[in-house]
Parts: sequence; C-alpha cells; structure tokens
Amino acid sequence: MAGISKNIMSKSPWVVHVNCNSCNGCDIEFLACLTPIYDAERLGIINVGTPKQADILVVTGSANYKNIDVLKNIYNQMPEPKVVVAVGACACTGGVFHSCYNVIGGIDEILPVDVYVPGCCPKPESIIDGLIEASRILEEKRIKIKNPDKGVAI
Amino acid sequence: MAKTVIPFGPQHPVLPEPLQLKLVLEDDVVVEAIPAIGYVHRGLEKLTELKDYEQSVYIVERVCGICSFMHSMAYTRGIESIMNIQIPQRAEYIRTILAEIARVQSHLLWLGLLADSFGFESLFMETWRYREDILDIMEMITGNRVIISANKVGGVTKDFTDEHIKFILDTINRLEEKIKDVENVFLNNYTVKQRLAGIGILTPEDARELGALGPIAKGSGIPLDLRTTGYSAYKYLDFEPIVDNHCDSYGRTVVRIKEIYQSFQLIRQAISKLPSGEIFIPVKGLPNGEVISRLEQPRGEAIYYIKTNGTKTLSRLKIRTPTFANIPTLLKMLPGSRLQDVPVIVLTIDPCISCTER
Ligand code: SF4
Repeated sequence: MAGISKNIMSKSPWVVHVNCNSCNGCDIEFLACLTPIYDAERLGIINVGTPKQADILVVTGSANYKNIDVLKNIYNQMPEPKVVVAVGACACTGGVFHSCYNVIGGIDEILPVDVYVPGCCPKPESIIDGLIEASRILEEKRIKIKNPDKGVAI
Repeated sequence: MAKTVIPFGPQHPVLPEPLQLKLVLEDDVVVEAIPAIGYVHRGLEKLTELKDYEQSVYIVERVCGICSFMHSMAYTRGIESIMNIQIPQRAEYIRTILAEIARVQSHLLWLGLLADSFGFESLFMETWRYREDILDIMEMITGNRVIISANKVGGVTKDFTDEHIKFILDTINRLEEKIKDVENVFLNNYTVKQRLAGIGILTPEDARELGALGPIAKGSGIPLDLRTTGYSAYKYLDFEPIVDNHCDSYGRTVVRIKEIYQSFQLIRQAISKLPSGEIFIPVKGLPNGEVISRLEQPRGEAIYYIKTNGTKTLSRLKIRTPTFANIPTLLKMLPGSRLQDVPVIVLTIDPCISCTER
C-alpha cells in the first residue's frame, strides 16, 4: 500500500484554473493543453472545477484590486500540499499591463508562486512542462509534510 | 415561494473567464439575473496614453486573446484613416484572410465550449482538435498561435508565400469535410437538440430593442453584419449575412456553424483574388485628429473611438466590444429558464469578459 500511495499524487496532479486578469490568450492555451494533440491527461493531469479537490493552482493573468480576494479565497480552499503555477507574462510580472492603474503586478505579490511559465502567451508545450515541474514540487512538499523533521532539499 | 440567490461565478467550471451573475431563483427557475463585472478590468485604455501609437497596436491586441487580430485591425484602420494612409491592396487582402481565419478559430472554440457546457466532453475534444489545424496556419504564417501581431500601422508584418497559400487551402479543404461530422452532431443529435432548442429565447423585437449584435442578432433573424459595408477587402468579395429564424440557442449555433463555412468561402475567394505587391508602406508623421473605426468581430460589431493630438501618444481610446452590447440580451434571456440551462444560455452569447472590461 505504501508503495502505491507513494507516487500517487505526483502521477495524477489535479489542476484548478483561475483566470485573474488575463486577456484569454493564456486561458485558451491552457485549455488547449487538455485537448487532443497535447493531451495533458496522458500525464495524469486533470482539470477540476473546484479548488477543494485540486493539488495545483494554475493562475493566468495578473492580480488586480478586485480579484485579489477571489484568488486568496480559492487558494485557501485548496488542501495541503499545494503548488501554484503562474502561466504567462501577466501572471509572472504583470506583463504588458504592468503599468496599468488597476494592476498590482504578478501573482507572486499575493501568493507564493512555485513555477513560472513565461511567454505571451506561452505555448502549450511549455505550460505542460510547467505542470510537470509543479508535480515534482508537489511530491517534495508531500514528503516534507509527512516527515517534518527529516527535511528535504527542494 | 421563498427566493434563493445563487452566485454563478466568478470562478465557474463552465466559464474560463470571471463573469459573475447573481441568480435569483424560485425553485429552480431563474427570476432575475444580476451581473457583477470588473474582475478583469486592467485599465488598458489608459495605458495607450502612455505608449507610442505604434506600440499601442500590441496593447490593443491584448484586449482579448480570442479575437486579438481583429482588435489590432480595428485600431490600425482607425489610425490609418486619421493619417490618410492608403495601405497596399495586398495588405488589405492579407488582413481580410487572417481575420476570417481568426473567425473560424473563434467559432470552433465556442462550439467546443458549448459542448463542454452541457457535458458532452468528447464533442468538446473533437472540436478543439479541428481548431488546432487553424492554429497551425497561424503558427506557420506568423510564428505564434494565438496573439499573432501581424498588423502594424501602414500594413501587415507578414507576407504570404506560395507555400503558405497552399497550406491554407489544403487545411481548409480538409477541415470542411471534418466539420461536417461535428455539425451533424450539433444540429441533429437528439440529446444536443434537447439542450439547445427552445432554450434562451430572444424574439426579433427584443433583439432589436436591446441592441443585439453578431450571431445573436442573426440567430434571431436580423441580418446585421458589418462586413456588408465592405471595409478592408470585403468590398471585393461576395457574401450574404447568414440568418436563422429559430430565435433560440439552437439558432445561434446554426448561425455560427454556417459562418464557419462562409469564412472558408471568403478565404478561398480572397486567395483567388490576392494581388501581388507590397505589404507595407512606411508611415511618416504623427496622427492628429479623431476617428470612429468599426468592424465585425466573431461576436459582433466592435467600435473603436480614437483621439489623437499630434503627439506620439493617444489622447483617448475608447473600445466598445460586442459582448458589452450583448449582456442586456443575456439578462433578458435568463429569467424564466431553469438553473441547469443557465450555463448553456450564458455561453450562447459567447461572452468575452476580458473584452468587455478591458
Ligand atoms: S501573458 Fe499575454 S496572452 Fe497571457 S494573459 Fe497576459 S497578455 Fe494575455
């Protein structure tokens, strides 16, 4: 049993997607990852509708004054361990909209971001790459929660 | 009967975008829908006052990732008319062809999302697979899949080679056959029909009164299509706006599917007439004046108001996008419908929230 459960999470990370302040470019590329041709499901990645079942939070677009609470709320509903992936230039730094009055900046101003996927908009290949990296970090976090005193180098 | 208020969104599995509707329900029947928007407001119009008018092309492209090409087309056409620039014929044709390709992409994307909204996952996957073929065309011509940056003030940045033209024609011929299969499912499958026919009814009178645009107006029998005014290279192509008299979600689906075929026709016509020559003329001076530039996007008519004052930056840019005009029709359609039909009805107006809020 221990053997089976060991890799279970990193082999099938469930993903919840939040559109923060994005122009849709990144969102449709994220959805394209899940459809044929790219088919992220073959890597066990499933897009779920509710944050309560998700391991990975994929955020597209930057933070603004209105969605900041929504984003925090969704993040807090996710069970530990959890990983945040910032997809697109907007989510990483604010992107082209960096100097807009309603844009606070990248997602890392609000949440601890683990993986950054740059590009405007990033190609599905690089988004999938980011998700694979995220599932590796997820596994490390899981081990860390299980054995708090051992400490694992991340 | 007691009333319940259910928030629909801002994060909802059906909508990739944060639109919030507060649904007032009696049992499971919607009595009222109250929209709350502003989750994706960036303040993009103000940003154009800080940037060079040529850089602003790249900003308006990012109003919306789905119809990004058409936004830059509306903006560059506006600036060109302020500066009295006559762009080369070939550039006009290339813009028209790319705009039609973008329209097919947008409609396929919408069909997929519609299938997803009533839980027909395999149909969603199938439609999106065909959409990848269209994105391949974009990638081949411009190097990017979604935000293609092919427009600039004075023309286009990418030329078509013979190889590109052959690829476009091959792809659309192949796709036309394949789309017939999904069309059959969308229009004739019993289950799908049950979810669409008679749902979200909008009478032609209401459509006129509320200012419906694009496929929503056309799905209610109003032939409203700005392409008939013959902007860009549309004046050299013939086509008739597509209308359907079902006046419900089914009618809007019919219109969009037929528009895909129509776009293929327009692409073929434009390619057969594609003139040779330059694709770009150098632009001198700075724009001074104001203009209203309009064009037909996949979701309806977009209006750009551009005001410049002879400096490098714009003094005002105002964008009225089709979804903004279509939200009142949505609020008209929702009351009286059942809760399970709300996602379908919301999707049939093809909401693009990032356009609406900019
Ligand atoms: S990174 Fe680019 S494509 Fe993605 S949301 Fe921002 S502007 Fe749009």
